[in-house]
Amino acid sequence: MAKKAIEPKAVVPLGDCAAYIEFADKLDLEVNAFVQQLAATVQARAKPWMRDVVPALGGIALHYDPDHPDVHGDALEAAAILVQECMKDEAVAEVAPARTVEVPVCYEREFAPDIEEVARQMKLDPAEVARLHAAGEYRVLMIGFAPGHAYMSGLDAKLAVPRRATPRALVAPGAVAIANEQTVVYPYAISGGWSVIGRTPVAVFDAAREAPSLLAPGDRVRFRPISADEFMALKK
Amino acid sequence: MSVRVLRPGLLTTLQDHGRQGLQHVGLCPGGAMDPVALALANALVGNEAGEAALEITVIGPELSFEEEALVALCGAEFDGSFPHNRPVLAPAGSRFNVGHAARGARAYLAVAGGFAVAPVLGSRSTYLPGHFGGFQGRSLKHGDALELRDPGASGRFAKLKKTRNGTVKWSAPPFTLPDREPILVHVLEGQHFASFDSNAQRSFFDTVWKIAPASNRMGFRLSGPALVRSDQDEILSGPTARGSVQVPADGTPIALMADHQTTGGYPRIAEIVSADVARLAQLAPGGTVHFARCDLGMASELRHDSKERLSAALRGIAWNYGQ
Repeated sequence: MAKKAIEPKAVVPLGDCAAYIEFADKLDLEVNAFVQQLAATVQARAKPWMRDVVPALGGIALHYDPDHPDVHGDALEAAAILVQECMKDEAVAEVAPARTVEVPVCYEREFAPDIEEVARQMKLDPAEVARLHAAGEYRVLMIGFAPGHAYMSGLDAKLAVPRRATPRALVAPGAVAIANEQTVVYPYAISGGWSVIGRTPVAVFDAAREAPSLLAPGDRVRFRPISADEFMALKK
Repeated sequence: MSVRVLRPGLLTTLQDHGRQGLQHVGLCPGGAMDPVALALANALVGNEAGEAALEITVIGPELSFEEEALVALCGAEFDGSFPHNRPVLAPAGSRFNVGHAARGARAYLAVAGGFAVAPVLGSRSTYLPGHFGGFQGRSLKHGDALELRDPGASGRFAKLKKTRNGTVKWSAPPFTLPDREPILVHVLEGQHFASFDSNAQRSFFDTVWKIAPASNRMGFRLSGPALVRSDQDEILSGPTARGSVQVPADGTPIALMADHQTTGGYPRIAEIVSADVARLAQLAPGGTVHFARCDLGMASELRHDSKERLSAALRGIAWNYGQ
Protein backbone atom coordinates (compact mmCIF):
# COMPACT_ATOMS: atom_id res chain seq x y z
CA MET A 1 0.00 0.00 0.00
CA ALA A 2 2.79 2.43 0.85
CA LYS A 3 6.17 2.86 -0.81
CA LYS A 4 7.99 3.63 2.41
CA ALA A 5 7.31 2.24 5.86
CA ILE A 6 4.51 4.37 7.23
CA GLU A 7 3.65 3.38 10.78
CA PRO A 8 1.51 4.97 13.47
CA LYS A 9 3.72 7.21 15.62
CA ALA A 10 1.11 7.84 18.31
CA VAL A 11 -2.42 6.86 19.31
CA VAL A 12 -3.78 9.80 21.24
CA PRO A 13 -7.16 9.98 22.97
CA LEU A 14 -9.07 13.11 21.91
CA GLY A 15 -11.14 12.96 25.06
CA ASP A 16 -13.09 9.75 25.73
CA CYS A 17 -15.10 9.75 22.48
CA ALA A 18 -12.36 9.99 19.84
CA ALA A 19 -8.81 8.96 19.04
CA TYR A 20 -6.14 10.50 16.84
CA ILE A 21 -3.85 8.06 15.11
CA GLU A 22 -0.83 10.07 14.04
CA PHE A 23 1.57 9.00 11.31
CA ALA A 24 3.60 12.22 10.93
CA ASP A 25 3.93 15.41 12.97
CA LYS A 26 5.42 17.35 10.03
CA LEU A 27 3.80 17.85 6.64
CA ASP A 28 4.77 14.95 4.37
CA LEU A 29 2.80 14.68 1.13
CA GLU A 30 3.38 10.94 0.83
CA VAL A 31 2.08 10.34 4.36
CA ASN A 32 -0.85 12.66 3.61
CA ALA A 33 -1.86 10.65 0.52
CA PHE A 34 -1.51 7.43 2.54
CA VAL A 35 -3.70 8.84 5.32
CA GLN A 36 -6.45 9.77 2.84
CA GLN A 37 -6.43 6.28 1.37
CA LEU A 38 -6.40 4.69 4.81
CA ALA A 39 -9.32 6.88 5.96
CA ALA A 40 -11.34 5.69 2.96
CA THR A 41 -10.54 2.09 3.89
CA VAL A 42 -11.53 2.63 7.54
CA GLN A 43 -14.71 4.40 6.46
CA ALA A 44 -15.58 1.46 4.21
CA ARG A 45 -15.54 -0.87 7.22
CA ALA A 46 -18.48 1.15 8.64
CA LYS A 47 -18.21 -0.21 12.19
CA PRO A 48 -21.39 0.44 14.19
CA TRP A 49 -19.44 2.16 16.99
CA MET A 50 -17.75 4.65 14.64
CA ARG A 51 -19.31 8.10 14.39
CA ASP A 52 -16.86 9.73 12.00
CA VAL A 53 -13.53 9.14 10.27
CA VAL A 54 -11.61 12.37 9.72
CA PRO A 55 -8.43 12.32 7.61
CA ALA A 56 -6.11 15.14 8.72
CA LEU A 57 -2.74 16.27 7.37
CA GLY A 58 -0.67 13.65 9.15
CA GLY A 59 -3.14 11.20 10.70
CA ILE A 60 -6.70 10.06 11.17
CA ALA A 61 -9.22 10.95 13.85
CA LEU A 62 -11.83 8.35 14.70
CA HIS A 63 -14.86 9.61 16.60
CA TYR A 64 -16.76 6.82 18.35
CA ASP A 65 -19.33 5.70 20.89
CA PRO A 66 -17.10 4.49 23.76
CA ASP A 67 -19.99 2.52 25.31
CA HIS A 68 -20.90 0.48 22.23
CA PRO A 69 -20.85 -3.24 23.16
CA ASP A 70 -18.57 -4.09 20.18
CA VAL A 71 -15.63 -2.15 21.67
CA HIS A 72 -15.74 -4.17 24.93
CA GLY A 73 -15.03 -1.17 27.12
CA ASP A 74 -11.86 -0.07 25.31
CA ALA A 75 -12.73 2.07 22.29
CA LEU A 76 -9.20 3.49 22.00
CA GLU A 77 -7.82 -0.05 21.62
CA ALA A 78 -10.60 -0.98 19.17
CA ALA A 79 -9.78 2.10 17.06
CA ALA A 80 -6.04 1.29 17.03
CA ILE A 81 -6.73 -2.34 16.05
CA LEU A 82 -9.15 -1.32 13.30
CA VAL A 83 -6.56 1.03 11.79
CA GLN A 84 -3.84 -1.66 11.97
CA GLU A 85 -6.16 -4.12 10.21
CA CYS A 86 -7.01 -1.59 7.52
CA MET A 87 -3.30 -0.93 6.92
CA LYS A 88 -2.85 -4.63 6.05
CA ASP A 89 -5.95 -4.63 3.88
CA GLU A 90 -4.63 -4.38 0.33
CA ALA A 91 -7.97 -5.25 -1.22
CA VAL A 92 -9.85 -2.24 0.12
CA ALA A 93 -7.00 0.12 -0.63
CA GLU A 94 -8.27 0.80 -4.16
CA VAL A 95 -9.77 4.27 -4.18
CA ALA A 96 -11.41 6.23 -6.96
CA PRO A 97 -8.89 8.13 -9.10
CA ALA A 98 -8.50 11.76 -8.05
CA ARG A 99 -11.04 14.16 -9.53
CA THR A 100 -10.00 17.49 -10.95
CA VAL A 101 -12.21 20.33 -9.77
CA GLU A 102 -12.09 23.71 -11.47
CA VAL A 103 -12.75 26.71 -9.23
CA PRO A 104 -13.39 30.09 -10.92
CA VAL A 105 -11.62 32.96 -9.12
CA CYS A 106 -11.78 36.71 -9.65
CA TYR A 107 -8.40 38.26 -8.78
CA GLU A 108 -9.49 41.89 -9.37
CA ARG A 109 -8.65 44.38 -6.61
CA GLU A 110 -12.15 44.63 -5.09
CA PHE A 111 -12.05 40.86 -4.47
CA ALA A 112 -8.39 40.71 -3.47
CA PRO A 113 -7.73 42.96 -0.44
CA ASP A 114 -4.22 41.59 0.17
CA ILE A 115 -2.92 41.05 -3.39
CA GLU A 116 -0.91 44.29 -3.47
CA GLU A 117 0.71 43.58 -0.12
CA VAL A 118 1.63 40.06 -1.26
CA ALA A 119 3.01 41.51 -4.50
CA ARG A 120 5.13 44.01 -2.53
CA GLN A 121 6.39 41.36 -0.12
CA MET A 122 7.33 38.95 -2.90
CA LYS A 123 8.60 41.71 -5.27
CA LEU A 124 6.08 40.85 -7.98
CA ASP A 125 3.40 42.68 -9.92
CA PRO A 126 -0.16 41.99 -8.62
CA ALA A 127 -1.08 40.59 -12.06
CA GLU A 128 1.86 38.18 -11.75
CA VAL A 129 0.59 37.04 -8.32
CA ALA A 130 -2.77 36.21 -9.93
CA ARG A 131 -1.11 34.51 -12.90
CA LEU A 132 1.15 32.35 -10.71
CA HIS A 133 -1.75 31.37 -8.44
CA ALA A 134 -4.00 30.41 -11.37
CA ALA A 135 -1.19 28.49 -13.10
CA GLY A 136 -0.72 26.11 -10.20
CA GLU A 137 -2.03 22.57 -9.90
CA TYR A 138 -3.21 21.99 -6.36
CA ARG A 139 -4.07 18.96 -4.28
CA VAL A 140 -6.51 18.92 -1.33
CA LEU A 141 -4.57 17.81 1.76
CA MET A 142 -7.37 18.12 4.32
CA ILE A 143 -10.88 19.47 4.81
CA GLY A 144 -10.95 21.07 8.22
CA PHE A 145 -11.32 24.10 10.47
CA ALA A 146 -14.68 25.09 8.91
CA PRO A 147 -17.21 23.30 6.65
CA GLY A 148 -15.77 22.66 3.18
CA HIS A 149 -12.56 24.52 4.08
CA ALA A 150 -9.83 22.79 2.03
CA TYR A 151 -6.10 23.06 2.70
CA MET A 152 -4.35 22.69 -0.68
CA SER A 153 -0.69 22.12 -1.51
CA GLY A 154 0.97 23.20 -4.72
CA LEU A 155 1.36 26.95 -4.25
CA ASP A 156 4.28 28.37 -6.22
CA ALA A 157 7.20 29.04 -3.84
CA LYS A 158 7.32 32.59 -5.25
CA LEU A 159 3.98 33.20 -3.48
CA ALA A 160 4.84 31.57 -0.15
CA VAL A 161 4.08 34.51 2.18
CA PRO A 162 3.91 33.86 5.93
CA ARG A 163 0.56 34.18 7.73
CA ARG A 164 -0.57 37.75 8.35
CA ALA A 165 0.62 39.14 11.70
CA THR A 166 -2.93 40.26 12.46
CA PRO A 167 -5.77 38.09 11.15
CA ARG A 168 -8.61 39.84 9.32
CA ALA A 169 -11.68 40.02 11.58
CA LEU A 170 -13.85 38.87 8.69
CA VAL A 171 -12.98 37.56 5.25
CA ALA A 172 -15.62 37.40 2.50
CA PRO A 173 -17.31 34.03 1.83
CA GLY A 174 -15.41 32.39 -1.04
CA ALA A 175 -12.22 34.35 -0.28
CA VAL A 176 -9.19 32.61 -1.84
CA ALA A 177 -6.17 33.01 0.40
CA ILE A 178 -2.53 31.92 0.58
CA ALA A 179 0.15 31.30 3.20
CA ASN A 180 3.24 29.08 3.51
CA GLU A 181 3.02 27.21 0.16
CA GLN A 182 -0.68 26.42 0.65
CA THR A 183 -3.94 27.91 -0.52
CA VAL A 184 -7.45 27.82 0.97
CA VAL A 185 -10.97 28.98 0.10
CA TYR A 186 -12.96 30.34 3.05
CA PRO A 187 -16.56 29.03 3.10
CA TYR A 188 -18.15 31.80 5.18
CA ALA A 189 -17.44 35.24 6.51
CA ILE A 190 -15.05 34.15 9.28
CA SER A 191 -11.87 35.46 10.84
CA GLY A 192 -8.82 34.45 8.82
CA GLY A 193 -5.06 34.86 9.08
CA TRP A 194 -4.15 34.13 5.43
CA SER A 195 -3.63 36.72 2.69
CA VAL A 196 -6.72 37.11 0.48
CA ILE A 197 -5.77 37.35 -3.21
CA GLY A 198 -9.11 36.58 -4.89
CA ARG A 199 -12.64 35.33 -4.46
CA THR A 200 -14.76 32.58 -5.98
CA PRO A 201 -18.51 32.96 -6.60
CA VAL A 202 -18.93 29.20 -6.08
CA ALA A 203 -20.11 27.98 -2.65
CA VAL A 204 -17.43 25.65 -1.27
CA PHE A 205 -20.00 24.41 1.27
CA ASP A 206 -23.74 24.32 0.68
CA ALA A 207 -25.84 22.38 3.19
CA ALA A 208 -28.63 22.06 0.59
CA ARG A 209 -26.38 20.42 -2.03
CA GLU A 210 -26.24 16.62 -2.35
CA ALA A 211 -22.48 16.75 -1.70
CA PRO A 212 -22.31 19.76 0.65
CA SER A 213 -18.53 20.15 0.33
CA LEU A 214 -17.28 21.14 -3.14
CA LEU A 215 -13.89 19.60 -2.44
CA ALA A 216 -12.73 16.32 -0.91
CA PRO A 217 -9.33 15.15 0.33
CA GLY A 218 -7.15 14.07 -2.60
CA ASP A 219 -8.94 16.22 -5.20
CA ARG A 220 -6.83 18.01 -7.81
CA VAL A 221 -7.83 21.66 -8.03
CA ARG A 222 -7.29 24.28 -10.72
CA PHE A 223 -8.24 27.92 -10.39
CA ARG A 224 -9.69 29.63 -13.48
CA PRO A 225 -9.31 33.43 -13.54
CA ILE A 226 -12.59 35.25 -14.20
CA SER A 227 -13.57 38.90 -14.56
CA ALA A 228 -15.69 40.85 -12.07
CA ASP A 229 -18.61 40.65 -14.52
CA GLU A 230 -18.27 36.90 -14.77
CA PHE A 231 -18.09 36.74 -10.95
CA MET A 232 -21.41 38.60 -10.69
CA ALA A 233 -23.00 36.40 -13.37
CA LEU A 234 -21.88 33.17 -11.67
CA LYS A 235 -22.90 34.47 -8.25
CA LYS A 236 -26.54 34.57 -9.45
CA MET B 1 -50.99 28.12 15.53
CA SER B 2 -47.57 28.89 16.94
CA VAL B 3 -45.16 30.19 19.54
CA ARG B 4 -44.52 33.89 18.94
CA VAL B 5 -41.34 35.70 19.97
CA LEU B 6 -42.15 38.98 21.77
CA ARG B 7 -38.52 39.53 22.80
CA PRO B 8 -35.75 37.22 21.58
CA GLY B 9 -33.38 37.32 24.57
CA LEU B 10 -29.60 37.35 24.18
CA LEU B 11 -29.13 34.27 21.99
CA THR B 12 -32.06 31.92 21.49
CA THR B 13 -31.56 29.15 18.91
CA LEU B 14 -33.11 25.80 18.09
CA GLN B 15 -30.75 22.96 19.04
CA ASP B 16 -31.13 19.20 19.06
CA HIS B 17 -28.68 16.30 19.53
CA GLY B 18 -26.56 17.59 16.63
CA ARG B 19 -25.25 16.22 13.31
CA GLN B 20 -22.87 13.27 13.60
CA GLY B 21 -20.64 12.02 10.84
CA LEU B 22 -19.81 15.25 8.97
CA GLN B 23 -16.54 16.23 10.62
CA HIS B 24 -14.70 14.85 7.58
CA VAL B 25 -16.29 17.68 5.54
CA GLY B 26 -15.34 20.18 8.25
CA LEU B 27 -18.72 20.39 9.97
CA CYS B 28 -18.78 19.87 13.74
CA PRO B 29 -21.68 17.94 15.34
CA GLY B 30 -22.99 21.10 17.06
CA GLY B 31 -26.32 20.70 18.85
CA ALA B 32 -27.22 21.53 22.45
CA MET B 33 -24.36 22.87 24.60
CA ASP B 34 -25.95 20.98 27.55
CA PRO B 35 -27.40 17.76 26.07
CA VAL B 36 -28.39 16.53 29.55
CA ALA B 37 -30.74 19.47 30.16
CA LEU B 38 -32.07 19.04 26.60
CA ALA B 39 -32.87 15.36 27.28
CA LEU B 40 -34.67 16.22 30.54
CA ALA B 41 -36.77 18.98 28.93
CA ASN B 42 -37.75 16.62 26.13
CA ALA B 43 -38.64 13.79 28.52
CA LEU B 44 -40.92 16.12 30.50
CA VAL B 45 -43.05 16.77 27.41
CA GLY B 46 -42.92 13.20 26.07
CA ASN B 47 -40.41 13.81 23.24
CA GLU B 48 -37.40 11.76 22.17
CA ALA B 49 -34.26 12.84 24.10
CA GLY B 50 -32.63 14.49 21.08
CA GLU B 51 -35.62 16.48 19.77
CA ALA B 52 -34.95 20.17 18.96
CA ALA B 53 -35.74 22.69 21.70
CA LEU B 54 -35.00 26.38 22.20
CA GLU B 55 -31.54 26.90 23.68
CA ILE B 56 -31.84 30.03 25.81
CA THR B 57 -28.65 31.87 26.78
CA VAL B 58 -28.21 34.10 29.88
CA ILE B 59 -31.04 36.53 28.99
CA GLY B 60 -34.21 34.67 28.14
CA PRO B 61 -36.92 35.49 25.61
CA GLU B 62 -40.51 36.53 26.15
CA LEU B 63 -42.85 34.19 24.33
CA SER B 64 -46.57 33.97 23.70
CA PHE B 65 -48.36 30.72 23.01
CA GLU B 66 -51.09 31.24 20.45
CA GLU B 67 -52.44 27.78 21.11
CA GLU B 68 -52.27 25.43 24.05
CA ALA B 69 -48.90 23.72 24.32
CA LEU B 70 -47.21 21.35 26.75
CA VAL B 71 -43.84 22.93 27.54
CA ALA B 72 -40.85 22.30 29.82
CA LEU B 73 -37.85 24.45 30.71
CA CYS B 74 -34.70 22.71 32.01
CA GLY B 75 -31.07 23.63 32.59
CA ALA B 76 -30.13 27.04 33.97
CA GLU B 77 -32.46 28.71 36.48
CA PHE B 78 -34.01 31.88 35.12
CA ASP B 79 -35.75 34.46 37.30
CA GLY B 80 -38.84 34.95 35.10
CA SER B 81 -42.38 33.64 35.36
CA PHE B 82 -41.77 30.24 33.82
CA PRO B 83 -41.75 27.21 36.19
CA HIS B 84 -38.59 25.08 35.85
CA ASN B 85 -37.93 21.36 35.49
CA ARG B 86 -41.58 20.30 35.20
CA PRO B 87 -44.21 19.91 32.50
CA VAL B 88 -46.32 23.04 32.10
CA LEU B 89 -49.52 23.22 30.10
CA ALA B 90 -49.36 26.72 28.62
CA PRO B 91 -52.93 27.78 27.78
CA ALA B 92 -53.76 29.41 24.45
CA GLY B 93 -52.96 33.11 24.66
CA SER B 94 -50.54 32.79 27.59
CA ARG B 95 -47.30 34.80 27.76
CA PHE B 96 -44.10 33.90 29.54
CA ASN B 97 -41.07 35.98 30.29
CA VAL B 98 -38.14 33.63 30.88
CA GLY B 99 -36.07 36.40 32.52
CA HIS B 100 -32.37 36.42 33.38
CA ALA B 101 -30.21 33.44 34.35
CA ALA B 102 -29.79 33.28 38.13
CA ARG B 103 -27.80 30.01 38.21
CA GLY B 104 -26.22 28.42 35.15
CA ALA B 105 -26.13 29.95 31.66
CA ARG B 106 -28.28 27.87 29.30
CA ALA B 107 -31.80 26.51 29.51
CA TYR B 108 -33.80 24.40 27.07
CA LEU B 109 -37.46 25.01 26.33
CA ALA B 110 -39.06 21.94 24.77
CA VAL B 111 -42.62 21.67 23.43
CA ALA B 112 -44.55 18.42 23.08
CA GLY B 113 -44.24 17.14 19.51
CA GLY B 114 -41.33 19.47 18.72
CA PHE B 115 -40.97 22.53 16.51
CA ALA B 116 -41.90 22.38 12.83
CA VAL B 117 -38.61 23.18 11.11
CA ALA B 118 -37.05 21.06 8.37
CA PRO B 119 -33.91 19.11 9.33
CA VAL B 120 -30.76 20.17 7.46
CA LEU B 121 -28.10 17.45 7.05
CA GLY B 122 -30.00 15.27 9.50
CA SER B 123 -30.49 17.77 12.33
CA ARG B 124 -32.68 20.69 13.38
CA SER B 125 -29.76 22.39 15.15
CA THR B 126 -28.92 25.96 14.21
CA TYR B 127 -25.36 26.27 12.91
CA LEU B 128 -24.80 30.00 13.25
CA PRO B 129 -21.48 30.34 11.34
CA GLY B 130 -23.01 28.62 8.28
CA HIS B 131 -26.43 30.29 8.55
CA PHE B 132 -28.27 27.00 8.24
CA GLY B 133 -30.40 24.67 10.35
CA GLY B 134 -32.90 25.52 13.06
CA PHE B 135 -35.14 28.50 12.44
CA GLN B 136 -33.91 30.09 9.17
CA GLY B 137 -30.31 29.37 10.15
CA ARG B 138 -30.22 32.14 12.78
CA SER B 139 -31.04 33.07 16.36
CA LEU B 140 -34.63 34.16 17.06
CA LYS B 141 -35.76 37.73 16.49
CA HIS B 142 -38.71 39.80 17.64
CA GLY B 143 -41.85 38.79 15.74
CA ASP B 144 -40.72 35.27 14.75
CA ALA B 145 -43.48 32.67 14.85
CA LEU B 146 -42.43 29.05 15.39
CA GLU B 147 -44.94 26.47 14.28
CA LEU B 148 -45.43 23.28 16.29
CA ARG B 149 -44.97 19.98 14.50
CA ASP B 150 -47.78 18.20 16.31
CA PRO B 151 -50.24 20.72 17.77
CA GLY B 152 -52.32 17.87 19.24
CA ALA B 153 -49.38 16.50 21.27
CA SER B 154 -50.36 18.30 24.48
CA GLY B 155 -53.63 16.33 24.52
CA ARG B 156 -51.74 13.29 25.80
CA PHE B 157 -51.20 15.13 29.05
CA ALA B 158 -54.80 16.23 29.55
CA LYS B 159 -54.70 15.54 33.26
CA LEU B 160 -52.39 18.51 33.76
CA LYS B 161 -55.46 20.65 33.09
CA LYS B 162 -56.95 19.53 36.38
CA THR B 163 -53.85 20.65 38.32
CA ARG B 164 -53.17 24.10 39.71
CA ASN B 165 -51.37 26.41 37.23
CA GLY B 166 -51.25 23.65 34.63
CA THR B 167 -48.21 22.07 36.23
CA VAL B 168 -47.28 19.43 38.79
CA LYS B 169 -45.65 19.30 42.23
CA TRP B 170 -42.77 17.03 41.22
CA SER B 171 -39.77 18.18 39.23
CA ALA B 172 -36.71 16.80 37.41
CA PRO B 173 -33.27 17.29 39.03
CA PRO B 174 -31.11 20.09 37.53
CA PHE B 175 -27.86 18.12 37.77
CA THR B 176 -25.71 20.03 35.30
CA LEU B 177 -26.02 23.25 37.34
CA PRO B 178 -23.09 24.41 39.48
CA ASP B 179 -23.71 24.08 43.25
CA ARG B 180 -20.74 26.29 43.86
CA GLU B 181 -17.88 27.75 41.88
CA PRO B 182 -15.25 27.06 40.78
CA ILE B 183 -16.74 23.93 39.24
CA LEU B 184 -14.44 20.93 38.94
CA VAL B 185 -13.90 19.61 35.42
CA HIS B 186 -11.90 16.45 34.66
CA VAL B 187 -9.43 16.37 31.79
CA LEU B 188 -7.08 13.95 30.11
CA GLU B 189 -3.62 15.30 29.30
CA GLY B 190 -3.69 16.56 25.72
CA GLN B 191 -1.36 15.40 22.96
CA HIS B 192 0.92 18.41 23.46
CA PHE B 193 0.84 18.59 27.28
CA ALA B 194 4.54 17.68 27.49
CA SER B 195 5.53 20.56 25.21
CA PHE B 196 4.45 23.10 27.87
CA ASP B 197 7.03 24.13 30.46
CA SER B 198 6.63 22.75 33.98
CA ASN B 199 5.22 26.06 35.27
CA ALA B 200 2.51 26.01 32.63
CA GLN B 201 1.74 22.35 33.34
CA ARG B 202 1.38 23.13 37.05
CA SER B 203 -0.60 26.31 36.64
CA PHE B 204 -3.06 24.66 34.26
CA PHE B 205 -4.17 22.47 37.18
CA ASP B 206 -3.62 25.02 40.00
CA THR B 207 -5.43 27.97 38.46
CA VAL B 208 -9.06 28.91 38.99
CA TRP B 209 -9.88 29.84 35.37
CA LYS B 210 -12.48 32.43 34.56
CA ILE B 211 -14.72 32.22 31.47
CA ALA B 212 -13.81 35.32 29.40
CA PRO B 213 -16.45 37.52 27.75
CA ALA B 214 -15.25 36.51 24.26
CA SER B 215 -16.77 33.03 24.71
CA ASN B 216 -19.52 31.51 22.61
CA ARG B 217 -20.93 28.26 21.25
CA MET B 218 -17.64 27.66 19.39
CA GLY B 219 -15.35 27.93 22.38
CA PHE B 220 -14.80 29.28 25.89
CA ARG B 221 -11.74 31.47 26.38
CA LEU B 222 -10.24 30.98 29.82
CA SER B 223 -8.62 33.91 31.56
CA GLY B 224 -5.77 33.25 33.93
CA PRO B 225 -1.99 33.07 33.65
CA ALA B 226 -0.52 32.76 30.13
CA LEU B 227 0.60 29.18 29.46
CA VAL B 228 4.05 29.10 27.93
CA ARG B 229 5.43 26.27 25.84
CA SER B 230 9.02 25.18 26.31
CA ASP B 231 9.06 24.18 22.67
CA GLN B 232 7.83 26.90 20.32
CA ASP B 233 7.68 24.75 17.18
CA GLU B 234 4.58 25.14 15.05
CA ILE B 235 2.15 22.25 15.39
CA LEU B 236 0.91 20.50 12.27
CA SER B 237 -2.86 21.17 12.10
CA GLY B 238 -4.65 18.18 13.54
CA PRO B 239 -8.14 17.11 14.52
CA THR B 240 -9.99 18.47 17.54
CA ALA B 241 -13.04 17.33 19.46
CA ARG B 242 -15.64 18.92 21.70
CA GLY B 243 -13.76 19.54 24.94
CA SER B 244 -10.28 19.93 23.42
CA VAL B 245 -8.39 22.71 25.22
CA GLN B 246 -6.11 24.54 22.77
CA VAL B 247 -3.50 27.13 23.64
CA PRO B 248 -2.78 29.76 20.95
CA ALA B 249 0.50 31.68 20.94
CA ASP B 250 -0.80 34.31 23.40
CA GLY B 251 -1.04 31.57 26.07
CA THR B 252 -4.81 31.92 26.69
CA PRO B 253 -6.46 28.49 26.66
CA ILE B 254 -9.66 27.95 24.65
CA ALA B 255 -12.02 25.06 25.51
CA LEU B 256 -13.74 23.95 22.31
CA MET B 257 -17.52 23.71 22.69
CA ALA B 258 -20.46 22.51 20.54
CA ASP B 259 -19.76 24.53 17.34
CA HIS B 260 -16.00 23.95 17.46
CA GLN B 261 -13.70 23.96 14.45
CA THR B 262 -12.95 20.40 13.31
CA THR B 263 -9.17 20.84 13.06
CA GLY B 264 -6.74 23.26 14.60
CA GLY B 265 -3.11 24.25 14.50
CA TYR B 266 -2.70 25.17 18.16
CA PRO B 267 -1.25 22.76 20.74
CA ARG B 268 -3.85 20.92 22.81
CA ILE B 269 -2.90 20.92 26.48
CA ALA B 270 -5.92 18.92 27.66
CA GLU B 271 -9.10 17.12 26.62
CA ILE B 272 -12.20 17.60 28.79
CA VAL B 273 -14.01 14.32 29.47
CA SER B 274 -17.45 13.98 27.88
CA ALA B 275 -19.19 13.63 31.26
CA ASP B 276 -18.14 17.16 32.26
CA VAL B 277 -18.72 19.10 29.04
CA ALA B 278 -22.41 19.78 29.83
CA ARG B 279 -21.55 21.23 33.26
CA LEU B 280 -18.90 23.50 31.75
CA ALA B 281 -21.52 24.71 29.24
CA GLN B 282 -23.55 25.99 32.20
CA LEU B 283 -20.90 28.61 33.06
CA ALA B 284 -21.58 32.14 31.84
CA PRO B 285 -18.76 34.62 31.22
CA GLY B 286 -17.26 35.36 34.65
CA GLY B 287 -17.97 31.81 35.84
CA THR B 288 -15.02 29.87 37.24
CA VAL B 289 -13.61 26.39 36.71
CA HIS B 290 -10.62 24.38 37.78
CA PHE B 291 -9.27 21.29 36.13
CA ALA B 292 -8.40 17.92 37.64
CA ARG B 293 -6.29 15.33 35.84
CA CYS B 294 -7.85 11.95 35.14
CA ASP B 295 -7.25 8.91 32.93
CA LEU B 296 -9.47 7.09 30.44
CA GLY B 297 -10.66 4.64 33.11
CA MET B 298 -11.91 7.44 35.30
CA ALA B 299 -13.38 9.25 32.29
CA SER B 300 -15.40 6.16 31.57
CA GLU B 301 -16.56 5.86 35.21
CA LEU B 302 -17.63 9.51 35.18
CA ARG B 303 -19.46 8.95 31.89
CA HIS B 304 -21.28 5.89 33.22
CA ASP B 305 -22.23 7.75 36.41
CA SER B 306 -23.68 10.67 34.51
CA LYS B 307 -25.53 8.37 32.08
CA GLU B 308 -26.94 6.46 35.05
CA ARG B 309 -28.04 9.69 36.78
CA LEU B 310 -29.78 10.80 33.59
CA SER B 311 -31.54 7.49 33.04
CA ALA B 312 -32.67 7.42 36.69
CA ALA B 313 -34.11 10.92 36.21
CA LEU B 314 -35.83 9.82 33.00
CA ARG B 315 -37.31 6.78 34.80
CA GLY B 316 -38.49 9.14 37.55
CA ILE B 317 -40.25 11.32 35.00
CA ALA B 318 -41.91 8.28 33.41
CA TRP B 319 -42.96 7.02 36.85
CA ASN B 320 -44.48 10.37 37.80
CA TYR B 321 -46.44 10.45 34.56
CA GLY B 322 -47.69 6.95 35.32
CA GLN B 323 -49.21 8.04 38.66
